[in-house]
Amino acid sequence: MLTCREFADFLRAYLEADLPGDQREAFEDHVQICPPCVNYLDTYKETIQLGRCICEDGDGPPPADAPEDLIRAILAARGPR
Amino acid sequence: MIDPEEKALLEALRAGDEAAYEKLVREHTGRMLSVARRFLREEDDAKDAVQDAFVSAFRAIGNFEGGSRISTWLHRIVVNAALMKLRTRRRKPEESIDDLLPRWKDDGHPEQAPVPWSAEKLLQRDRVRSLVQSGIDELPDTYREVLLLRDIEELDTAETAKLLGISSNAAKTRLHRARQALRELLDPALREDA
Repeated sequence: MLTCREFADFLRAYLEADLPGDQREAFEDHVQICPPCVNYLDTYKETIQLGRCICEDGDGPPPADAPEDLIRAILAARGPR
Repeated sequence: MIDPEEKALLEALRAGDEAAYEKLVREHTGRMLSVARRFLREEDDAKDAVQDAFVSAFRAIGNFEGGSRISTWLHRIVVNAALMKLRTRRRKPEESIDDLLPRWKDDGHPEQAPVPWSAEKLLQRDRVRSLVQSGIDELPDTYREVLLLRDIEELDTAETAKLLGISSNAAKTRLHRARQALRELLDPALREDA
């Protein structure tokens, strides 16, 4: 039987299918009997999803704050050709 | 397949066309600066990383074969430049992540039982985005860089480990701790009973 601490330690490996069969079974047994650990599992997965929300601009239009001084410095760094 | 507009731009860059270089820089600097800011806390460092990235790109333009979009190619270059800058700025000794990890009782139960996060709070996108960015900024550098590469840049474990010069097992352990720490940092603001 896993403790909640062991359950938390195994989370990443479980989600990435990186957990050996017996530990995976113990992990899934723990899910059945421990609602707080189900909450932990859900919020851990939400954390991963939320990380992605900080780069939602993706391939959209460039942010409007590209500083002119930086653009000029980059072009100057290229030097005369 | 490279699109005709990118192909023309690439040819102009290889021919040394000044207007093409200016177009490239004006089109991509903003987005590259956003990427560099995720890795580097100081604005000047983020700007330096973007400049370093363009200098590398200018040198390599002759070898770029158009196997990916120019934006994708530049994105990879600025991630590398930001990692290089991060290494030169790294605090020594590295801060510990232990204070940010969940706390446990001796019997293996959590000191604070996890509760669900509020769907209503999760919908406040600007607030959540700001919370996540602040949380990531609080992570020690070696954990932040793994989280950014794996969960945000979506590199796999092997690519991440190679870029950082660490073992795959170390990358996996750091990623898990970084996610746990970020979860702990977000939890007070997002939990249902807050």
